[in-house]
Amino acid sequence: MSKNNGEYLIIRNDNKYEVIIGLEVHAQVLSESKLFSTSSTKFGSEPNTQVSLVDAAFPGMLPVINEHCIKQAVKTGIGLKAKINKRSIFDRKNYFYADLPQGYQISQYKDPIVGEGSVTLDMPNGEKNIGIERLHLEQDAGKSIHDIDPQNTLVDLNRSGVALMEIVSKPDLRSLDEVNAYIKKIRSIMRYLGTCDGNMQEGSLRADVNVSVRKKGDKKLGTRCEIKNVNSIKFMQMAIDFEANRQVDIIEEGGSIDQETRLFDTKKNETRSMRSKEDAHDYRYFPDPDLLPLELNDNYIDQIKKNIPELPDEKKKRFIEKFKLSPYEANILVSDIEISKYFEEVSKNSDVKLATNWITGELFALLNEKNIEITESPISSKNLSKLINLIKDGTISGKIAKSVFEIMRDGDKDPITIVEEKGLKQQSDPKELENLINKVIIENPKNVEAYKSGKDKLFGFFVGQVMKNSNGKANPKLVNEILKKKLN
Amino acid sequence: MMSNITDLKLVELVDKIKKKELSSSEVTVAFIERSKKSKKLNAYISENYENAIKKAKIFDQKPDFKKKLPGIPIAVKDLFCTKNIRTTAGSKILENFVPTYESTVTQNILDEGGIIIGKLNCDEFAMGSSNETSYFGNVQNPVSENLVPGGSSGGSSSAIAAKLTPATIGTDTGGSIRQPASFTGTVGLKPTYGSCSRYGIVAFASSLDQAGPMTHDVKDCSLMLEIISTYDTKDSTSVDFKRENYLTNLNENIKGKKIGIPKEYRVDGMPKEIDELWEKGIKIIKENGGQIIEISLPNTNYALPTYYIVAPAEASSNLARYDGVKYGFRSKGENLIDMYEKTRSEGFGDEVKRRIMIGTYVLSSGYYDAYYLKAQKVRRLIKNDFDEAYKKVDAILTPSTPSSAFKIGEKLNDPVSMYLNDIFTVPINLAGLPAISIPAGHDKKGYPLGLQVIGKAFDEQSILNIAFALEKNISFKNNITDWWIK
Repeated sequence: MSKNNGEYLIIRNDNKYEVIIGLEVHAQVLSESKLFSTSSTKFGSEPNTQVSLVDAAFPGMLPVINEHCIKQAVKTGIGLKAKINKRSIFDRKNYFYADLPQGYQISQYKDPIVGEGSVTLDMPNGEKNIGIERLHLEQDAGKSIHDIDPQNTLVDLNRSGVALMEIVSKPDLRSLDEVNAYIKKIRSIMRYLGTCDGNMQEGSLRADVNVSVRKKGDKKLGTRCEIKNVNSIKFMQMAIDFEANRQVDIIEEGGSIDQETRLFDTKKNETRSMRSKEDAHDYRYFPDPDLLPLELNDNYIDQIKKNIPELPDEKKKRFIEKFKLSPYEANILVSDIEISKYFEEVSKNSDVKLATNWITGELFALLNEKNIEITESPISSKNLSKLINLIKDGTISGKIAKSVFEIMRDGDKDPITIVEEKGLKQQSDPKELENLINKVIIENPKNVEAYKSGKDKLFGFFVGQVMKNSNGKANPKLVNEILKKKLN
Repeated sequence: MMSNITDLKLVELVDKIKKKELSSSEVTVAFIERSKKSKKLNAYISENYENAIKKAKIFDQKPDFKKKLPGIPIAVKDLFCTKNIRTTAGSKILENFVPTYESTVTQNILDEGGIIIGKLNCDEFAMGSSNETSYFGNVQNPVSENLVPGGSSGGSSSAIAAKLTPATIGTDTGGSIRQPASFTGTVGLKPTYGSCSRYGIVAFASSLDQAGPMTHDVKDCSLMLEIISTYDTKDSTSVDFKRENYLTNLNENIKGKKIGIPKEYRVDGMPKEIDELWEKGIKIIKENGGQIIEISLPNTNYALPTYYIVAPAEASSNLARYDGVKYGFRSKGENLIDMYEKTRSEGFGDEVKRRIMIGTYVLSSGYYDAYYLKAQKVRRLIKNDFDEAYKKVDAILTPSTPSSAFKIGEKLNDPVSMYLNDIFTVPINLAGLPAISIPAGHDKKGYPLGLQVIGKAFDEQSILNIAFALEKNISFKNNITDWWIK
């Protein structure tokens, strides 16, 4: 593998191979109830406690579309700058499996609710657009559990019928970094819209990965393999890297790639064949006769459009223009809707530059250390803006602020109170500072002599001494000014 | 006294109960007693007698005469899921299945004061035209021994003709109400698709299935339709249209009504009696001031092949849920696939398996376009034929079936000849239209024959009125001797 100019190439015997990647992201629709039933979608409940007669496919039960899920799909489509199809059709995808109670999955095949769109990625060497092929709605299956009972497979139908959006990209991705950026961007857009919580640990976001390779410069796409159901970005990257190298090895040895479905073994870090094209299921798709075609009118779509919140791309633009942030800073702050909210709350009442630095610096370090989300931050946006204001108005120095921050992280205490209680207020009274400085000058005649004879570097020594004597509370800016006057 | 009660029609029974001339208990017991004596017909799969008598007593203690079916006992086809009453769909695979829920149609009956006395035999998953595919055995046509009662609602047609229930409901996917009604000299109505909710009805072919009444006469049929036809948000294909008070509005005045006679329904080899019957119907229409208009439904020939692609396709998918995992019959297997294969091989009968295979085939990749997709296009053409015809006429008159009832076993091994029996009824399901079959005469063997009146979508009232006029003028009499009792 080499990464010249951000390119992801696999090199074997002087041949350079380009890796072509397309993703099918399965995003769970944020919704109280399932796609075609009123059962709850809450995660982590006791097995089979969120199952209606419809979800368990009892005789004579019929699906009824949950309108909220339709709205969520349309919203997401708008977020992906995609065409909203006014007429879409739910089809049955027929196959047998123990955790698929109906014996078919209701999905959208030929006529999805959302058509072509695009997503913009911010890569180190510029923006890159990734095409969206389509977005369709479908039911999730239940869960087969093989490792509880030694004799039997157990089935949990809590997930059965939960609404998923399958977002299919065009084969536009070319590197692991792009895959990472793409997933993060899609996730970010959906979280901004409130259409998917993007929680990969709980399985709210999974992906099937399509990988093929071709010699650099070739126009024709190679035969692809699909790696099923990968549930983290890290695993996606590992799977792609393994799979692309496997394909290159085969081609280099004179072989050809079989189109097949593979699965990724996270323990062995390899992909394995699941089924070949010949063994591929014939899903016998046909329109579900229990559901009429879904027709949306312009008014319905317009109403949703009107209520779309500011999305990451627009917010980034605004942050750059309004707050004079660098694109890099803006990117970090808009990547997650909660971070952007926090930032806007802090910067509303305090200095933008300091807010940016403190959030991306100290606060992010703290969140990383505790492995928590910004919504769980031990320091509220209100208190952080107070701390920033204390720095800005000279009440405390940046250095003192860091020790105040250390106290704040254990219980979100008001920084003003901390400063008062601990007496950390900066000494800015010129007379007091002069006294401190005079004392240092008197106590270090040799150094004064040396400085005056040209050893400029000693200036730092005097500042340090003054700060030390003041227990760090002396206003460094003023100390500098007064010292210069005294010594020159 | 007892035998008199079961001779009464539904509307008469309702009237007598309202006038307190009869109690619900008396009526319920009478039908149950007659049902008990009629086991030879094999019309019932499950009996709910004890519970029904209890319910009748409760009704009598505090009768509500505002109900449309005040304490009236009713047996229904075993395709309707009934809470706490076993529901089998005539299949081994659901032999011990007891729903925890009630279908909308049976709930409507209960809400109007009806009492379920049992579940009636039918072809397995409603697939059949003679009730011979039922796991629970043949049903006898009360008209004559060893005669099929038609199908798939064969238990229902037998039970109504034999007066085991004052009215019943069946389901009709390709003729399953009208053909058995025709074979037993009773009235059967298939409402417009979207009239009656499909919620809680074991699905055969979702885009064709409709529940409908089966009764002694058109009046009873109108009352039953009024009760079972409701808009239901639990069925996405249910239609919210203005439903009439079908019984109140029922009248035999057909003056000025334009009735179409489709020339394509004069099929080769149709018995002479059926032609004569049709002519009789035409004559009555004319005599009563109706106007007869020759029409053409050019795609009629394609209806049967179209039906035998669309219906099995949907069925193959609808029946996938019977896999032994969640409920119903399960056979032991070495692994999941083996369990599926054994469960479904043993749990389904031959006709069901045949249709699952046909359906699976026509949906397969490579065949989908040639079969399923083409069938959908032809279905559209068939519907267009009717739309065209209805620009000129108010309703259409045809025979209900190309023959009278046949002997048990006669067509069992000849599926195509069996399928041909539905040639006059199938196009109506494909077009989603309402149609009623009423008894209109007998063939030379003395077996009943029916006439079918087909209406415009959601215009059930017109076909009920035309049927009512025909009924008055034909004055059909079913010659049923109680041969199966003693």
